[in-house]
Amino acid sequence: MSETKTPLSPAALSRRSLLKAGLSAGTLAGTAVAARAAGDPLITEVQDWNRYLGDGVQARPYGTPSPYEAHVVRRDVEWLTAATESSVNFTPLHELDGIITPNGLCFERHHAGIADVDPAAHRLMINGLVDTPLVFTMEDLKRFPRENRLYFLECAANSGMEWRGSQLNGCQYTHGMVHCVMYTGVSLKLLLEEAGVKTSAKWVMPEGADASAMTRSIPLEKALDDCLVAFKMNGEALRPEQGYPLRLVVPGWEGNMWVKWLRRIEVGDEPWHQREETSKYTDLLANGKARRFTWVMDPKSVITSPSPQAPITHGKGPLVISGLAWSGNGRISRVDVSIDGGRNWTTARLDGPSLSKALHRFYLDIAWDGSPLLLQSRAMDEHGFYQPTKNELRAARGENSIYHNNGIQTWHVKADGTVENVEVS
Amino acid sequence: HDGKVFGLGRKAEAEEIAAWDIDIRPDGTGLPVGRGTVSDGEVLFSENCAVCHGDFGEGVGRWPVLAGGQDTLTDERPEKTIGSYWPYLSTVYDYVRRAMPFGNARSLSDDDVYALTAYLLYLNDVVTDEEFELSNENFTEIRLPNEENFIADDRDAEGHDMATSAPCMESCKPGPVEITMHARILDVTPGSVDDDEAG
Repeated sequence: MSETKTPLSPAALSRRSLLKAGLSAGTLAGTAVAARAAGDPLITEVQDWNRYLGDGVQARPYGTPSPYEAHVVRRDVEWLTAATESSVNFTPLHELDGIITPNGLCFERHHAGIADVDPAAHRLMINGLVDTPLVFTMEDLKRFPRENRLYFLECAANSGMEWRGSQLNGCQYTHGMVHCVMYTGVSLKLLLEEAGVKTSAKWVMPEGADASAMTRSIPLEKALDDCLVAFKMNGEALRPEQGYPLRLVVPGWEGNMWVKWLRRIEVGDEPWHQREETSKYTDLLANGKARRFTWVMDPKSVITSPSPQAPITHGKGPLVISGLAWSGNGRISRVDVSIDGGRNWTTARLDGPSLSKALHRFYLDIAWDGSPLLLQSRAMDEHGFYQPTKNELRAARGENSIYHNNGIQTWHVKADGTVENVEVS
Repeated sequence: HDGKVFGLGRKAEAEEIAAWDIDIRPDGTGLPVGRGTVSDGEVLFSENCAVCHGDFGEGVGRWPVLAGGQDTLTDERPEKTIGSYWPYLSTVYDYVRRAMPFGNARSLSDDDVYALTAYLLYLNDVVTDEEFELSNENFTEIRLPNEENFIADDRDAEGHDMATSAPCMESCKPGPVEITMHARILDVTPGSVDDDEAG
């Protein structure tokens, strides 16, 4: 790459930097007028990319985003966990649009790091209350009839740091433990039928091949309903961090149950009460009782722009409010948006496919008059379940549930266009 | 008809099932034959576990606390440990054998895991005798203190998420909405020194 073609660093171009340089909406407008008077050199002068050859087709066998998008990455929060191998990072929701999450940006949650599994050495066992316990190779699994399904996967702990109030400043951190991709795989029902489930069976337990050997109990009814054993995401093989070569898909249910590097499915007549459904993924209430088997992810939404990492930099006038909504119960039927902290609501516009247990994209196009806003979104699903406020959730559960925080998020948009995570009365 | 629909895969051998199917249920199903004492467990714990979990299960740094915290579940900051929170001893045996030590899983013998489980009971005051021996025979006699405090998912009963009536659309709050808390004041977001959020 010649020096003349080297782009400015993304950091140098960040909207935040422009703001800090004091380029208010007014001065930006003034610059534009001056540029027009002399002619915008980006137009009147021949640019490098208009003159010199770019890379050839052999240069990028597996393409990556433009270097100008280098800031669009997963990020982690070091203080959250004791070790990076049993930790989480976050999808940059504030930079994405539509409903599909690019594979390389899907948040990660591991309990013993990213297992490096050779697909030729991978096996899937089905055992327990079955007529014939079976072992499948990856080649075997790819000979079963396939399904393609688009689903969101949300960590049970998404927004968990916000139970006590506003803590992390950005929807990547407050809501980024979610992604949505198209899975290709085999219906779990087909595999269970291949082994022959005994009539006494009531539960199944997937197990991972990694060093955490993740296990969860799943009722047989769900296993026979819509679970998939998936080997592809968004058309290509699963990414290693998403369970390559095989993961379980448990639509609408908490991400922990979507066991990665899936190597075994046991069939039984009772739940196993494994560590991830006793010590973890149980929800402590204010009275000292704890809910267990809280599987479904309830209706939820968040405005992804404007948001703390995506401030308004263009001044007054037309403003696109963009966000995501989803429900483990089915499709999203409606999203309402408030600009005054929940006093008044306007129904937003859903755009793009509306699929059961998948992310939905909503927009509200407004004319911003430059005054401060308290932005909120409120999702409703096809069964009439709607998203509660955080205060309603706290009144019912206290502040120590850790998981399943689907409360309404508030962003405070200030007159200068910056945005902050706040709680409101 | 032998129950197979596609005839794919092959029968799992008994040795293969035994190698992978090591899970244990609260009723003791799956427990291997074996035994270990509190005092044996103390030695194993100091050699294999204490570097992260502390000599007495108190946790080093942010590593998990394994003992103590009894009667804190209604506190502002509950301490959820094996003794204060976990419902079943089977989970202790299963999880230690399956996934610990962190970074060296499956390295402990069945007897080692019985001894470590016995020591964890001792650290949590569930047993008080250093010579106590835990085995597959007396395992299910042990009950953890918090077993009865787990309830089924009853989120539906909260009512706030069921649209029994349409949600309010206009003048939903009596006065202007007040900001009650700012993330920026806590200032714990990565890169938030100089209030510039990462990303």
